[in-house]
Order: sequence, then C-alpha cells, then structure tokens
Amino acid sequence: MARLNPNAVADPPVSVPPQPMNTPSVRRARGARRATAAGIGWLFVAPALVVYAIFVLHPLLLTFQYSMYKWDGIGPSTWVGFNNYTELFRDPDLFGSILNAFKLIIFFSFIPVTLGLLIASTIRRIAQSRLALVARTVLFLPQVIPLVAAGITWSWLLASPGVINQALSAIGLGDLTRAWLGDFSTALPAVGVIGAWVLVGLCTLLLLAGMTKIEPALYEAARLDGAGPVREFFSITVPSLRQEIGVCVTVTVIAALASFDIVYVSTQGGPGNATMVPGLEIFYLAFTQREVGTASALAVVLMVLVLLCVLPIQRFTRDGTR
Amino acid sequence: MSHSRLTGQLRAGRVRPAIAMLAFAGLLATAACSAPGSNSSTAAPNSGASPTTSPTCGTAPITLSGYFETGFPLPKDLADEFTKQYPNVKWDIREDQFAVITQNAPRVLADDPPDLMRLPQVSELVKDGLLKNMDGYAQAFGWDKWPASQLEQMRVGSTGERGDGPLYAMGLNFSMTGLFYNKKLAAQIGMSQPPATLADLDAMLQKAKQAGITPIDQFNGGATGGLAFPLQNLMAAYGSPGPINDWIFQKPGATIDTPTNLQAAQHLQQWIKSGYFASDINSQDYATMMSRFIGGKSLLMFDGDWESGNLDKQMAGNVGFFLMPPAQAGGKQAAMSAPLTYGISSKAKHADCAAFFLNWVATNQNARDIDVKIGGSHPMGPADAYMPAVQQGTVTASTLNAGAKIGQDNGAMDFIANATGAIYAKSWTPQLQKMAAGQQTADGLLKSVQKDYESQVRS
Repeated sequence: MARLNPNAVADPPVSVPPQPMNTPSVRRARGARRATAAGIGWLFVAPALVVYAIFVLHPLLLTFQYSMYKWDGIGPSTWVGFNNYTELFRDPDLFGSILNAFKLIIFFSFIPVTLGLLIASTIRRIAQSRLALVARTVLFLPQVIPLVAAGITWSWLLASPGVINQALSAIGLGDLTRAWLGDFSTALPAVGVIGAWVLVGLCTLLLLAGMTKIEPALYEAARLDGAGPVREFFSITVPSLRQEIGVCVTVTVIAALASFDIVYVSTQGGPGNATMVPGLEIFYLAFTQREVGTASALAVVLMVLVLLCVLPIQRFTRDGTR
Repeated sequence: MSHSRLTGQLRAGRVRPAIAMLAFAGLLATAACSAPGSNSSTAAPNSGASPTTSPTCGTAPITLSGYFETGFPLPKDLADEFTKQYPNVKWDIREDQFAVITQNAPRVLADDPPDLMRLPQVSELVKDGLLKNMDGYAQAFGWDKWPASQLEQMRVGSTGERGDGPLYAMGLNFSMTGLFYNKKLAAQIGMSQPPATLADLDAMLQKAKQAGITPIDQFNGGATGGLAFPLQNLMAAYGSPGPINDWIFQKPGATIDTPTNLQAAQHLQQWIKSGYFASDINSQDYATMMSRFIGGKSLLMFDGDWESGNLDKQMAGNVGFFLMPPAQAGGKQAAMSAPLTYGISSKAKHADCAAFFLNWVATNQNARDIDVKIGGSHPMGPADAYMPAVQQGTVTASTLNAGAKIGQDNGAMDFIANATGAIYAKSWTPQLQKMAAGQQTADGLLKSVQKDYESQVRS
C-alpha cells in the first residue's frame, strides 16, 4: 500500500556524514569551516537577494507605508494611521468587488482544474498518437497568446453581432442571444469563461506532466483487479496527482483573486460594477481617484486575503506528501 | 538517521536567513520612512512669471516637447505648420490615448515636464502646483479681451473651484456637441427638417422604432458611460445651463439633484424603456458606436464636432447635425461645449515658446484654417477674428452654425463628467449602466451621484 504513494520515491535517501570526535579543537575547526561555508553561501545568494529586496520587499513595505497616509501621489501627504483600512470596510462597493473575485474562483480555478484532469487523463490514454500532440498544443496555446489579445478577441466573440450569438441564432436559440459582456447577469460569468479558457491549458499541461511519473504498474494492477477507467481515475490518477492539483489550485486561485488584465480589457469593471474586482479597484483608486493611501490599503488587504486562501491549500497538499 | 534532527537542522538553517531578511527589510524600511510626496511638492503654485513684453520663440534652434492625444490629427498638423512658419522650432512629440493621459498627467507633469500637454480636468493638477499660471501670457497676448466664456472653464480659484481665478490652460479650439443624424434614414421616416421641440424629437424616435431602425446608438460600455451625453442635453432642455455649470465648477452648495434634472433623468429612462437605444449599449465602446453610425445602422448619435471632418469624409452628404431641441418651441438651446485644453507644465523649459504657439493657433490664419478643416471645431480667439470659408451643406458648416446659436443663447456648458476627477468612472458610468439595464431609477441615479460628488469635493 505504501507504494501507492509515488511521491515517497521522490524523497532522496538521507545520507548523514560520519560524526567526528567531539573534542574542543575539532569543534572550533568545524565552526570555522561552517562559518566560511555560510559566508560563501551568502555570497551566492546575495545577487538574487538584492534583486528580491529591491523589487519585491521594498515595494511591499512602501505599499504598507503608503496605506497609512492620505496622499494624492504628488502633493504633501498626511498621516492617517489605520483610517484607510476602516474606510475600506465601510464601502459597500468594495465588498462587492471582493465577492466578485471569489465568484471568479469557480471559473478560474474549479473549472480549469476539473477539465484539466479529465482532458489530461484522456490525452494520457492516447499518448502515442499524433492527436495527443495536437490536443496538447491547441490547449496550451491560450497561455502563449498575450492576455490582452485574448481579451480583445473574446470581447468580439461575445459582442451582440459576435460569433457566439450567430451560432446560437443558427441553431434556433436566438432568444438566448445578448451582449454577453454588457448584461448584468452574464458579464461576470462571461469574464470567467475567458479566464477558464486561458487557464485550462496550463492545468492540463501540469497534470499531464504529473501523470507521466505515475507507475504504469499501478494501472496494470488496478486493471487486473477489475477496475474500469472511472475507478482508475478516482483511485489512482487523482490521488497520485495530489501535489500537481495543489499547484494548479494555488496558481489559479491567485489568478482569480488578483485578476486584473482580462477584466480590464473586456469590461473595465462594467456594466455598473458587475465585474469589478479588487485588482481593478486598486488601479482606479490609485490612478483615477488619486487616493494612493486607500489603494495601498486595499492592496495590503488583497495580499492578506490571497495568503489566507492559498496557505491552507499549500498545507493540504504538503500533508499529502508525508 | 533521525528524521526529527534533520528537520531541526533545516529549520535552524531557515531561521537565520529569515532574520537576515527581516533586518535587510528593516533597513529598507527606514530608508523609506519619510512621508511620501514631501519632496516633490517643491514647485510653488502660481509661479507664473508675468512677462512684460510679448514672449516669442526667439531665433535660436529650440525643441518643444509635446504630450498629445493620439487618434486626432489636429495638434500634430498645427505643430507641423508652426515649424513651417518658424523653422527654428522643432518638436519632440509623445502621444497617448486620453484615458492614459488622464492617469499619467500628474506624474508626467512632475517628473518629465512637457512644454505643452493635452490636459484632463485641471483642478487637481492646479492644487498640486503642476501647471503654469498663464495670466501673464493672457495679458501680454490680449487673451483677456476674448469672449470670457471661452476661457472660464480653464480658470481655477484658490479653493479648487473652477470658472473664476487665474488661467491654467488654453484651448486649441472649442468643441460643440449635439445630435448627428443619418439623412437617408431620416428621409425614410419622413423627417425633412430637424425637430423643433423635445416632443418632435420623441415623435421622430418613435417613428424610427416603428420602421425597424435603431433610433439612437450610444456608447455606454466598459468605463465610458456615454448616456451622460443625452442626459445632460435633456437637463439643459428642461432647465438652464447655469446651475449645471455651477455644479461642474464645484460652486459651494451646488447640487445635481434638482427638480428639472429629475425630469430630464425620467425622460432618459422613458427613452430606455421605449427601446429607443440599441439593445447592447452597455457593451458598446465609442469606436463601435462610430462604426455603426457610419455604416448606416442607426438614425442618431449624441456626439461632438470633433467628428465633423471625419463624418464629412466618410458619409459625405449623408450626415446632418442639430442641437438638442428645447422643451418649448422657440426656447433657448444649450450644448456641452469645451475647449480642447492644452497646458504648460510649471517646470517647462520653453514655457514662453509654448505660450507663443498657443496664441499663434488662435490668431494665425493658416492655423485657424487647420482648426476648422482638420479639427472640425470653432477656433479660439476674438469674436471678430478671421473664419475660414466652409462648404455649405457639410456637417462642419452645421456644427459651426450651431456654435453661433449657442453663443447667442449663452448656452455653453462644460461636461457633467468633468465635475471631479473620479465622478465619471466611479459614479456616472456605473449608475447610467444600471439605468440602461433597468436597475436604477431616475431619482436614485441623481441622489447617488450627488452623494459621491459631495464626498469627493470634501476630500
């Protein structure tokens, strides 16, 4: 049964150096050696650390600092403490935008991961054929296309004279046609579909890569025990892919909560805030309303929110490897 | 060996970099601890030097840096003509979409000050001391003797109120808005002349609807609530432009929630309910509206004379223009009319030359020709200045005539979207989109916009 967890194989055997005698001189020498080794280690890490500090930590701290001020981005600023944060929680529009981000998780995360699993296991079965290669390429293509281009293309497809409405009319569903991105009830799902289209390829590829390291013997054994494809999928494929699924869910949940580009290109938050998301709200606050303090506060809240959602997912998948 | 020991070592190894990282971050934090923005407010506001003699571009080679709006050929054509007449002046021009200019304006004016720049709403830029006070130039060039209404939208008082105070920008020309109509479609529904009253307009819309023609196409999607055009025109049909301007200029106590404005919003709602707008306006952007109108898919659109030249070219002979008709026959008419604002950074290197250029645009004969033929709008300048001949029957001729009528009726208004920096994106657009979808009432629309306006003006 232990063999059922293929990740156990991934753990390299631990080799421990022979313990030298514990005399004081040896201890000193060992300490010195360790210090030089550590120094050299830091030297290697330093370039990356400096870049990380300048481009990640420094802006992060500045954002936190700005969130304590009332500032228009140019003129003098006034210290307001945590007022920007309390203001955020009083604003009903803002709550709506956070809610929209959570709704997007269904489209950005749930659908791509589920579809990705199904598609990947289908492709695995036909792995030798040329069709598998074609399918992989076609599905991954949305990742290669710039998101802005994808957003523009989709807004044409979804427009009232667009292909989707033409297709609906052609099959006698003319009553369903509408301006998908301009309708209050369909705008958010329509944006979600664009996101799902972009992310399904990424998930498929990640899961497919994970499937290649599942022992074929497992499938063989299952088949000998009389398991069908469905049973195989749920008893072997899905449990073996726990880590990969974890990565997919993490990446896509972040994409949903921190979404900006697809929404900005396709609806700009409209109609009437129906597709407003926190990322876009931060942009509007900082660059249209020139409330840099409130925008920074929302950015900090969004970061905390993403961490709150992603850390449990990480924990869940890490537990699976033990 | 023991698993716990290994993880212990790993953990110890992980703690130290974490501490180092924190220390490093702390170092950065202290470096950034001074309050933001304090170093960039060095430019004193109102630092406009008053030149005693008329400023010029001199004779030495000079390069003016410009930041223009992309998609409109007018400023570039004017710049080229200026270089032809003053060969020592060269241009270094950067272009962006208006939305991008709006977002970038403060940072660009502060960090990379252009000599001449297309400006969004000016009051916040003035508050930050980013724009040159042009009162000195106005005196030297005699702009103060032009009709006062041309410049009042660009005057900003010390409290941020517009309409009065020092001059902080100039126009390349001033635009006029109203209704463009497709002549062929109008003939189809038996309309021989533009409607004289609001009731006539309603009847015309009804006829178009019955004939299966889209009565009005108006962009209202994304972040651009184009229904603000018909709404403000209806406001001026029911009331007078004065109180609307007061609201836009942030005069104390001004409100948009007035009885006549309520009638206007209700009228707009009636149009929506009657199906007079295209069904997908909430997903239409400006370009879509233009291409559908030019393609003959709609009878009317609310737009401005910046499109006159373009429409005369693309729909030659098939496009007409009329101002929003008054509620009662013979009543006064009003229109949104605003200068195409350009300003000079308070840190500009060649401010005098830029001001000389702005004066040249308003007074030079060739420049005024370009203003009308390329820009489609009325040039700035004295009331009796040279006007280029325009071919009768063109839509450019109609918009220029409309401008004269607005001048007579003193009916020029700024755009309700310009009241504050955020009122359009945060209030008008979402509320008008809700109204278009039947989710907002006329009363709710005005009350909600007024509430946002008050909180924005207060801060």
